[in-house]
Amino acid sequence: MNEPATPTLSDWKRMYRSLWRIRIFEGQVQRLAAAGEVPGFPHLSTGQEAVAVGVCAHLTREDTLFTSHRGHGHTLAKGSDPEATFAEILGRGSGLCRGRGGSMHLVDVANGVLGATGVVGGNLALAAGAAWAAQAKGEASISVVFFGDGATGAGVFHETVNLAVLWKLPVLFVCENNGYAEFTSREEHSNVKLVSAFAAPYGMPAKTIDGNDLLAVHAEAGDVIAGLRRGSGPFLLECMTHRMAGHFVGDAQHYRSKEELAAVRQKCPIERLKRHLIERGVQERDLDAIGEEAKQEVMQAVARARAGPAPDGATVLEYVYSAPSLAGTPG
Amino acid sequence: MSNTFIEILRRALDEELARDPAVYLLGEDVAAGGAFGVTSGLAQKHGTQRVRNTPISEAAITGVATGAALCGLRPVLEIMFIDFATLALDCLVNQSAKYRYMSGGQLAVPMVVRTQAGAAGGAAAQHSQSLEAWFTHVPGLVVVTPSSPAEAYGLLKSAIRLGDPVLFIEHKRLYAMKEGLRENAELPQIGKARVARPGTDVTVIAYSAMVRNALEAADELSLSGISAEVIDLRTLVPLDMAAVAGSVSKTHRVVIAHEAVQSGGVGAEIAARIGSELFDELDAPVTRVGCPFSPIPFAPELERALLPGTPHIVRAVRELFG
Repeated sequence: MNEPATPTLSDWKRMYRSLWRIRIFEGQVQRLAAAGEVPGFPHLSTGQEAVAVGVCAHLTREDTLFTSHRGHGHTLAKGSDPEATFAEILGRGSGLCRGRGGSMHLVDVANGVLGATGVVGGNLALAAGAAWAAQAKGEASISVVFFGDGATGAGVFHETVNLAVLWKLPVLFVCENNGYAEFTSREEHSNVKLVSAFAAPYGMPAKTIDGNDLLAVHAEAGDVIAGLRRGSGPFLLECMTHRMAGHFVGDAQHYRSKEELAAVRQKCPIERLKRHLIERGVQERDLDAIGEEAKQEVMQAVARARAGPAPDGATVLEYVYSAPSLAGTPG
Repeated sequence: MSNTFIEILRRALDEELARDPAVYLLGEDVAAGGAFGVTSGLAQKHGTQRVRNTPISEAAITGVATGAALCGLRPVLEIMFIDFATLALDCLVNQSAKYRYMSGGQLAVPMVVRTQAGAAGGAAAQHSQSLEAWFTHVPGLVVVTPSSPAEAYGLLKSAIRLGDPVLFIEHKRLYAMKEGLRENAELPQIGKARVARPGTDVTVIAYSAMVRNALEAADELSLSGISAEVIDLRTLVPLDMAAVAGSVSKTHRVVIAHEAVQSGGVGAEIAARIGSELFDELDAPVTRVGCPFSPIPFAPELERALLPGTPHIVRAVRELFG
């Protein structure tokens, strides 16, 4: 496969739109969750969108993607339909998973999204397994897994990295280091400041970049993914970013100071790309129009998702096994 | 010609590797034959890509097998002792078991986790447990507990061909047991129990190695004129309640025997089901034989003192007849 081409202005505009789609989408998740329309407890990636967009720009439908509890952005950036995705978050029968999964278990097989998992670190080995399957079958696809810095506290992170290097698996580990593992800062979680430092002992290449800079994410991910497709083995890409929202919708973030939160808002990746494109001669009103288009697209999808049918309670026992007889006759 | 349990497992794996290119074996030491020699020679024959050694990383290798199963492989993972499955529980319980359901049927996990359980020969508290009941409590998992080499042959093949995650639990006490195979026999359907010995007076329900004890007990009881029917459950999930009902409605008396700790065990579920579904058939209370509420000790004298076996089943049956 060729090296990634340098993005044109229209590529950047498409990615600008992709950032806004995620931002608006999650804004609606937040609004409807606060209104009691979203079951459970969704987690937002607001502020971290550039990582999703910059990495997924290089993926094909055949590449497999695994994400975490904070996975709406990755799913959308990979190309999943916003209506079916939102319908799943609302628990509708028209959702991606027919209402069985929800925000923390989004799966869209047709689009290569093999899923979000709600257990921190639980997705890492699955992604390595998907990479193993591709390697075993001689397929050209790669596997990408997004996880937070908190997941490096789990033993399975280290087990998986070790195995992925040993087996030279085509898997890209993308750490979104937002400085917080749930409510607790990284300083309280680990003496290892940068997640990329975990890679060297296992012999895995790694790099830490500014995850709020879409240009940096896009360029680095492009190089790394091209390498993975050539068979160079696993890579750990650590993207330093900031969570603008709380750990989950409703988390008031009392553990962060007003000053810290204000500073985070100044680091918005969408504003940053906007400034960059204006510097390159794009008219601000063109960019605002792109944002407005993204808003209209998402709002219409959300409206259709909300109008979707509730799942039929009579189907609740479907999909437990490959055949209903395998459930026996439960007491 | 008869072969040991281990040799027959190896034959089943060998044949499945040859039959289906999607079948892969992985686990600690499996390319070297595995801790019990089950996979001996298979890496030489099928290659180290198909029969793959892993680090001692139960959480990761179970996740890798699950992720590969999501993408079209049919991995057969060896977890050396069921006691070590504790390290893989997040994956087994939260991921493997639930992927089909959480994805609304978009994905499946056709994976077999072969593991080895039970007490024998002083393996002590961390290498002797019978933890099958835990897994029967997780919707989405299939739990298979073969009772003999010939049973293991067919059940392992059926498990590998199933579209669901299977815990295939081998009892270490059975590994040296020899039995002949009926060539070209039809593979058993997962979820169907079998009558290991027909009888008329009492039903003894067992699985795994305890089926042998139940058969020995039936021999002994026959000397005093009690005809015991032995039901080998074969699979704990699905639980073949139709087979249980068929036998109980004939004998009207039931003893459930397993090596696992009696409290909270599989026998408790079966007893409850019999109590609620077959109450009118019963001429006596349903009784259970199981392990006392204790870890498995090391010293042979203590191990013998703790484990339930043939005499316990005989005694339990006799008590039903006053």
